[in-house]
Amino acid sequence: MSTWEEEKIHDDGIYESSLDTIDGSIATLNLGPTHPATHGIFQNVLKVDGEKILSSEQTIGYIHRAFEKLAERRPYNQITTITDRLNYCSSPINNMGWHMTVEKLIGAEIPKRAQYMRVIIMELARISDHLVCNAVIGVDTGALTGFTYLFQQREKIYDLFEEVCGARLTTNMGRIGGFERDFSPAFNEKLKAFLRDFPAVFNEFDALLSRNRIFMDRTRGAGPISAERALEYSFVGPNLRAAGVDYDVRVMEPYCSYEDFDFEVPVGTTGDTYDRFQVRQEEIRQSLRIIEQALAKMPEGSYKADLPEFYLPPKEEVYNNMEALIYHFKIVMGETPIPAGEVYHSVEGGNGELGFYLISDGGRSPYRLQFRRPCFIYYQAYPEMITGSSISDAVLTLSSMNVIAGELDA
Amino acid sequence: MASKLTNEAVIERIKGQFGSDILSAETPYDFLTIEVLASKQHEIIEWLKKDEMLKISFLTNLGGVHYPEQAGREFAVVYHLQSMVNNFRLRLKIYVSKENPEVDTIVDLYAGANWMERETYDFFGITFKGHPNLVRILNEDSMDYFPMRKEYHLEDGTREDKDDRFFGR
Repeated sequence: MSTWEEEKIHDDGIYESSLDTIDGSIATLNLGPTHPATHGIFQNVLKVDGEKILSSEQTIGYIHRAFEKLAERRPYNQITTITDRLNYCSSPINNMGWHMTVEKLIGAEIPKRAQYMRVIIMELARISDHLVCNAVIGVDTGALTGFTYLFQQREKIYDLFEEVCGARLTTNMGRIGGFERDFSPAFNEKLKAFLRDFPAVFNEFDALLSRNRIFMDRTRGAGPISAERALEYSFVGPNLRAAGVDYDVRVMEPYCSYEDFDFEVPVGTTGDTYDRFQVRQEEIRQSLRIIEQALAKMPEGSYKADLPEFYLPPKEEVYNNMEALIYHFKIVMGETPIPAGEVYHSVEGGNGELGFYLISDGGRSPYRLQFRRPCFIYYQAYPEMITGSSISDAVLTLSSMNVIAGELDA
Repeated sequence: MASKLTNEAVIERIKGQFGSDILSAETPYDFLTIEVLASKQHEIIEWLKKDEMLKISFLTNLGGVHYPEQAGREFAVVYHLQSMVNNFRLRLKIYVSKENPEVDTIVDLYAGANWMERETYDFFGITFKGHPNLVRILNEDSMDYFPMRKEYHLEDGTREDKDDRFFGR
């Protein structure tokens, strides 16, 4: 134990604002790497004076899986499984983002129907991502009920994913060019049931917390960040919007026909935990609006593009048709020619702008693929956001930033 | 939402300010990409941030690329910058040699560059001059090589049970 004044001499003076000490002695506290309150594997070494945090040092990389290196060895269609494991709370958005990146590189036109189907899936994924985040904020403030209640609804969304692609969490959904198959009647039934039942449950959850005196006292002013600092730290997504910047990739650079839909981009003012919570709540409502519009306006047509060199032909054709067999073989063996070039494509993921920077030299695998992972970039602001606050606020800040270890460590 | 700036207007403005420091400019897939002198990169990024017309003041992404075949310019550092006000994106590249893979840090301009530069150092061994804490970030500290360099193959090179010639590799 040393006094904070002594500590300050060794320190570089960044944390000037927390000079006033409570009892004059400081302790070191390990938050993580495996602590239930961190909701993922990453470590924070906190210097605390009583309850008050004086500084924080982060260690990440515990689940680094070398995705960018792996991607340099895999053919394009096999990289989709890697993207699943970035932000695993909203895998389909990552999958679709990757497909769209490759489609941009090869210059493929995707039918409107497939685009609308993608929009429905991506918005469902966004809802499930935000549900988890907001439910967990509830848990960290001591309200477990909402969490268990909302997780039933998240299960319903996973049931929908299962209807489309057979998987629930790491979905590996869709292909370059569209989907494996059209939405089944069972999917349409389940989606209708979800759209009918979900708003009531969601509104109950909202009524439980949104204007709850205890919840508001607990979350307002916890872990704030100003718009200027958020932009300096390259924040994106709900965390940036909570600070008051109305940047949304879906609006600024519409992809996948997002320009066809009418929705609003909610913004906060103070960038604290309460604003982040509210921005996500409103985004869930807007996502529901988008899904309803996409269903109502669903165009006729095909669920896939005519891309024989990239899209696996149906099995019965492979067995009976020479051309289909050749294409099947070339796709499976990774022999499809790809144009050389450089593309950057970004989608609005659960945590904000998820970017894919792809350099192709014409070979079977990307020459270089870099993921712009929103979590990795904005999590570095965490020490600044929690310095001077209490440990319980730090836990809340962490969960409201929605730091997903998979996306953090790649 | 369409961009308020055109590629031509932006490149004209940048060239008007920096002239021969801009080594090349192209627009692959309609994405303005400029290559600049490695020694001028900090100055140019700072100017882009402060310029009244461009307002390219958001760092989207930063990363390295290894081109072992290009003698003297083996490493590229690629910055993706963005103007939220004008809804415009710019890709800025610099090349450095493997003998001296050192570039200026931009942490003083963008706090968010801190970890992105650490990651680039961690995987490519490109050092950033002036960085406050340039240590490995995702790999363990005792690692003595930079794994994203092309000479490190993903699979064990001593294996004999797989013949990659049949798989187009």
